[in-house]
Amino acid sequence: MRENNNFREGLRNGIPICLGYFSVSFAFGIFSVSNGLSVWEALLISMTNVTSAGQLAAVPIIAGGGTLIELAVSMFVINMRYALMSVSLSQKLGKSVRMADRFLIAFVNTDEVFAVASSKTGSVGRRYLFGLILTPYLGWSAGTLIGAIAGNILPAIVVSALGVAIYGMFLAIIIPPAKKSRHTALCIAVAVALSCMFRYIPGLQRVPSGFVVIICAVAASALFALVAPVAEQEESHA
Amino acid sequence: MHSTTHFFLCLLVSAGVTYLVRMVPLVLIKRKITNRFLRSFLYYIPYAVLAVMTVPAMFYATASAISAAIGFAVAVVLSYFEKGLLTVAASACGAVLVAELVLHACGVL
Repeated sequence: MRENNNFREGLRNGIPICLGYFSVSFAFGIFSVSNGLSVWEALLISMTNVTSAGQLAAVPIIAGGGTLIELAVSMFVINMRYALMSVSLSQKLGKSVRMADRFLIAFVNTDEVFAVASSKTGSVGRRYLFGLILTPYLGWSAGTLIGAIAGNILPAIVVSALGVAIYGMFLAIIIPPAKKSRHTALCIAVAVALSCMFRYIPGLQRVPSGFVVIICAVAASALFALVAPVAEQEESHA
Repeated sequence: MHSTTHFFLCLLVSAGVTYLVRMVPLVLIKRKITNRFLRSFLYYIPYAVLAVMTVPAMFYATASAISAAIGFAVAVVLSYFEKGLLTVAASACGAVLVAELVLHACGVL
């Protein structure tokens, strides 16, 4: 089996991810400072976590003085999908990848890096992967820094408008697959209905936001995994 | 309100959990997960998580629920027609900005 192990090819494949990350992390930077975090706190979160959905869930918990347990459980459930990606990526690693390399690659095994690595014919080697993860990581960090600074200096009306950027991206991620799969669409509908219940039903409003994400997402996903399990071919586009 | 100590503890917990979730399977597990329920559950999770985080939170992310609803509608329509992430996000922001300028002009905000 051919092993892709060219650093420059990895770099080239990583640039589009880097550009995409820059804009998402810019929105994350804005979101962080509008939640009361400092520029450096936002940057440190991005440099150590490298996960969009997880970080977005973490910020209100951190800024609101939530418990460490709530934070740990939220991060675990929201990022659980990476476990499957890591399992899958481990099958794809070439002979050049050493044990020590796996510890580094795992740090930046994001949805997009995983998707690009999986799309290569043959296995992927250490040089290729290092090239692939380099610019997305830099883009993710730089975007956060610039977004957080912008959030502090731009007029309130512009920050208010930029605040929806990250939600716009989330919609752009979930709606196209929902169009193609009725079960995915229904799962999203159930998740949204549960989420609204926790927001508007008096007794349920007291549940911390981190747990609401976990409870709603796990309930909707488990329900659909039971009533509408997916075939392997369907999974690949996720 | 958060203190520096609390922030660094949070940073350690969030980064640690995220890293372990990614690292442990990549380093330890070499076999493929075959359990159909588990695979299906992991397939649905990202969509459900993003949906829960977007609705209804998006409607409270701007200066007015009206401008947010307009941004939401624009994002949903463009996503449906599979415009890229950047186009959808930028258009939603633009729609919110225009809506809030109009609301200001009308004295609603």
